[in-house]
Amino acid sequence: MASKNQRNPGIPLELGWVLGVHVNRSAVERRCATLPARRSIKKDWQAAWLLRAITCLDLTTLAGDDTPGRVHRLCAKARQPLRADMRLALGAEDDRLTVAAVCVYPSRVKDAVEALQGSGIPVASVATGFPAGQTPLAQRIAEIEQAIEAGAGEIDVVIHRAHVLTGNWQALYDEIRQFRATCGSTVQMKTILATGDLATLKQVYQASLVAMMAGSDFIKTSTGKESVNATLEVGLVMARAIREYVQRTGYPVGFKPAGGIHTAKQTLAWQALMKEELGEAWLMPELFRIGASSLLTDLERQLYHYIHGRYAARHHMPLG
Amino acid sequence: MSVRQIFKDMAYGPAPESPAAANAWLEAHQRRFGLFINNQWITPKQEAYYPSYNPATLEQLAETAQAGQAEVDLAVAAARQAFQSWSQTPGVERARYLYAIARNIQKHHRLLAVLESMDNGKPIRESRDIDVPLLARHFYYHAGWAQLMERELSDYQPVGVVGQIIPWNFPLLMLAWKVAPAIALGNTVVIKPASYTRLTALLFAEIVAEAGLPPGVVNVITGSSRAGEMLAAHPDVDKVAFTGSTEVGRLLRQRTAGSGKKLSLELGGKSPFIVFEDADLDSAIEGVVDAIWFNQGQVCCAGSRLLVQENIADTFLEKLKARMNKLRVGDPLDKCMDMGAIVDKSQWETIHHWVQTGLAEGGTLYQPDIPLPEQGLFYKPTLITGTEPAAQVVQEEIFGPVLVALTFRSPAEAIELANNTRYGLAASVWSDNINLALEVAGQVKAGSVWVNCTNLFDAAAGFGGYRESGFGREGGREGLFEYLRPAWQPRPRPKYSPPKDGKPPADWGAHIPARPLMPGEFQPNGRLVRIDRTPKMYIGGQQVRPDGHYTRAVLSPHGELIGQVGDGNRKDIRDAVEAAHAAHLSKPGWAMRHGYHRAQILYFIAENLAARQEEFARRIVHMTGCKPSSAAAEVRMAIERLFTYAAYADKYGGTVQETTLRGVTVAVYEPVGVIGIACPDEYPLLAFISLMAPAIARGNTVVIIPSPAHPLSATDFYQVLDTSDVPPGVVNIVTGDRDHLTRTLVEHEDVDAVWYFGDAEGSFCVEYASAANMKRTWVNYGLPRDWMDRRQGEGEEFLHEATQVKNIWIPTGA
Repeated sequence: MASKNQRNPGIPLELGWVLGVHVNRSAVERRCATLPARRSIKKDWQAAWLLRAITCLDLTTLAGDDTPGRVHRLCAKARQPLRADMRLALGAEDDRLTVAAVCVYPSRVKDAVEALQGSGIPVASVATGFPAGQTPLAQRIAEIEQAIEAGAGEIDVVIHRAHVLTGNWQALYDEIRQFRATCGSTVQMKTILATGDLATLKQVYQASLVAMMAGSDFIKTSTGKESVNATLEVGLVMARAIREYVQRTGYPVGFKPAGGIHTAKQTLAWQALMKEELGEAWLMPELFRIGASSLLTDLERQLYHYIHGRYAARHHMPLG
Repeated sequence: MSVRQIFKDMAYGPAPESPAAANAWLEAHQRRFGLFINNQWITPKQEAYYPSYNPATLEQLAETAQAGQAEVDLAVAAARQAFQSWSQTPGVERARYLYAIARNIQKHHRLLAVLESMDNGKPIRESRDIDVPLLARHFYYHAGWAQLMERELSDYQPVGVVGQIIPWNFPLLMLAWKVAPAIALGNTVVIKPASYTRLTALLFAEIVAEAGLPPGVVNVITGSSRAGEMLAAHPDVDKVAFTGSTEVGRLLRQRTAGSGKKLSLELGGKSPFIVFEDADLDSAIEGVVDAIWFNQGQVCCAGSRLLVQENIADTFLEKLKARMNKLRVGDPLDKCMDMGAIVDKSQWETIHHWVQTGLAEGGTLYQPDIPLPEQGLFYKPTLITGTEPAAQVVQEEIFGPVLVALTFRSPAEAIELANNTRYGLAASVWSDNINLALEVAGQVKAGSVWVNCTNLFDAAAGFGGYRESGFGREGGREGLFEYLRPAWQPRPRPKYSPPKDGKPPADWGAHIPARPLMPGEFQPNGRLVRIDRTPKMYIGGQQVRPDGHYTRAVLSPHGELIGQVGDGNRKDIRDAVEAAHAAHLSKPGWAMRHGYHRAQILYFIAENLAARQEEFARRIVHMTGCKPSSAAAEVRMAIERLFTYAAYADKYGGTVQETTLRGVTVAVYEPVGVIGIACPDEYPLLAFISLMAPAIARGNTVVIIPSPAHPLSATDFYQVLDTSDVPPGVVNIVTGDRDHLTRTLVEHEDVDAVWYFGDAEGSFCVEYASAANMKRTWVNYGLPRDWMDRRQGEGEEFLHEATQVKNIWIPTGA
């Protein structure tokens, strides 16, 4: 077994493990339906948990109209996600309180790196034919290289869904293995399963296992571009896959839900899911990220309400 | 704890639900409650009150009245008075009242939930998200049956005044299961909540009154088990419905025996939770949590016996222990808790006693290292491994958060272990192989089977037990019959008073076999040529001589000796019961044959009887002295009846229930098993056929005692059976003294039901003695029915008695 903090190097593809998976959708749905109600987070605890969620944010812009200016504004928000007066009120003025990363397209990495200079906040770049993964493999790998070249410290790769849908686990494994090799020893790799494109929860579990066997540092639900993004059901299945992988190999793998998470309430449900299924380590940015663009405003407003007991106006929160 | 500290350790904190509204309601009553009769608060004559505690804090919440005989009388009288008008109120009008109650429950949802948690100790999440929504759901669903009663249930009438006694584990939900169907169908009720938990029933009474229900339709009396006994024993109560322990159920069966009251019992369980190697194990773990740590395990259908396939047992138990470490036990009003408090100190001690017993029996204990509150009645989630079926903790209901784990090797062994219990309330089966899961679901003896899920409830599906888990269903169409009586049938008022000690006379069914009749003791039969033709018993498809080698004479009404039959004894019954079981075990067993096959056999019986109808008619004339025309009519009706049940052989198998489950909930109308039948003396052929045919049509095998006075039609009939391809053991005929043979049948613990059509004393004794294994009974209280009348002699009442309903819940999802 590996040490708790060792980065997941991957393991050889264990097809028997992958093929022996059972996931019962209705039972998964039932767990997800009751889990948020079982874990109600209120008052001081809610404030602390939401503050923690901010530090797990991969603040994201992945749009066709992204410009250097847009990226600069986002990066400024990443550096200072919470108004100074609110930080003071929460007693968090001394803590380093930034988001976990800023996530952009490869062409915007350079802008983000510049804007985040000195902040310690890494730039994450999507790659490998994001969002569909339907470009030739060489091109997909070249994208990773270019993003790293431009200064990205984290790479969010998308998988080629056809490999999952046709059950070609070896091909999926081989590709992700190459992505990982391209990321090298310093760049973190998050593997996007694009679960909205997968047929069944069983495939979600299987793809999660293969992605981890191939050396992913994180597995991530969605690109944000599929018609269905991060659902708790998918999250539960992926969390269970991580748990089993950690139990068998000892390598912790992180989890990143992305897409469709807009509210503090949703965030708390995701956090409860992590704590219940994986433990406290998966509430920290080393192993838990939330990919979102508009969520931060809602977190700020909820925290404002906690501080002042009054509901906040959206336009009082600085734009990101 | 500061935000900063929590930010670092990411602990859970308290998320309390406010008790303010519930306390305000208690204060508004000065924390003292009378009885709720005729929509009014009544102060008991004796002014006796007793306290109600919050089990989580041990603080007194209120005190409630102790009802005595005077109050029980008052409540029953109020219900009787209300019944006059309520039963005549059109269903469409009753539907409006039930709808108003359902809406009113929703309007007071949170108050009900908070008070329920304070009174019972269950987590607010459960009372808020499960108990109270189901409470409302039951009134919605049954509002619908009130609306449709005249159309869908036109052959039935309400039963009358219903006495209902409910347990403490689901005070509101059990109340809903009892009250909603009763009042929907035109009955009025007196309900007694459990001794530990009675506050929400009182709140419910106010909610009902606010909804405008006429006075007297729902009356709530509080008190100890004495009050419950008074209610059950009250002569003006027409039906008793009880949910609770098998022990008390047995007592109630005995106390109401022979009274003509209907009775439904929903009793204990030790339900299996079966996990196959091809299950989604992580999901099955969550299933275990819902099975045994729901409501602190104080659930009659709790999945308390974990059966896990041997090759995955270690993995599964490791996962389970890890999951147990995450459970949170504490303040029931904390929304962040999985388990609350045990209802009462005595229950806590019972649980603890069982855990100690399990350890003494060689079990290995696992309890997670999680904090419990310093005061209050809390118990850790508990797993006992390493026990075998021989251990008491595997057999006995613990009624607490204690799971015992066993392993199995094969599906067949899983089924065998699952059924190795006196109970039969529920089962949960986990496998991703639909063939396997549904096969096991079909084989397990239980009223509710959940496939890849557990502890799901809905008003549209009946809930109730097999075996010693009781009889009767609550919910679904099948549950309505507990509150209905056939339209033609008045409330039976047997002309019989049980002995002072309430027990059957020791000599009931005593019988001294006959001796030869001396000339002069019978009229010589000059018209018939005397050929010695002595019918035998018919057991396992064989004509066998009576074990005791005694014979009884059959005389005509004129005293003519018209034949002799075997005088059966307990060993004949024993052999017949064994044969009836063998007919289920042979391949294919009788119940396993499809309805088409059973239909063909019934048609064939009818065909062969028709070929001999003149002979059978002559026999009836000789035996009963009736007119030849009425004997002929009896035989014709008997043939028609065989056709009726041939028709029903493939048309009463069940239905799809419209529950809230995404998927399919199937109500399977399964045979009861082995049914013992004692036939009446009237219509010796027709009554025999009318009772035998529905039983075997629906897959039961029978041990049938023909009319002792006129047995020859039945003994002639076995020749018809022999020529009709009836497999051996499906119908077993034992002649002799009715009560003598019935006594052995009803005391036999491997007989699943007894139908008794004899006298009032026998009816009392049968109902009383059935309590030994809680077998179902159907008796006539000594009151004849007109077997020639199709409304009385055939139909749904017979099919209902010949079946028990199993609801199988099958969720779907790709």
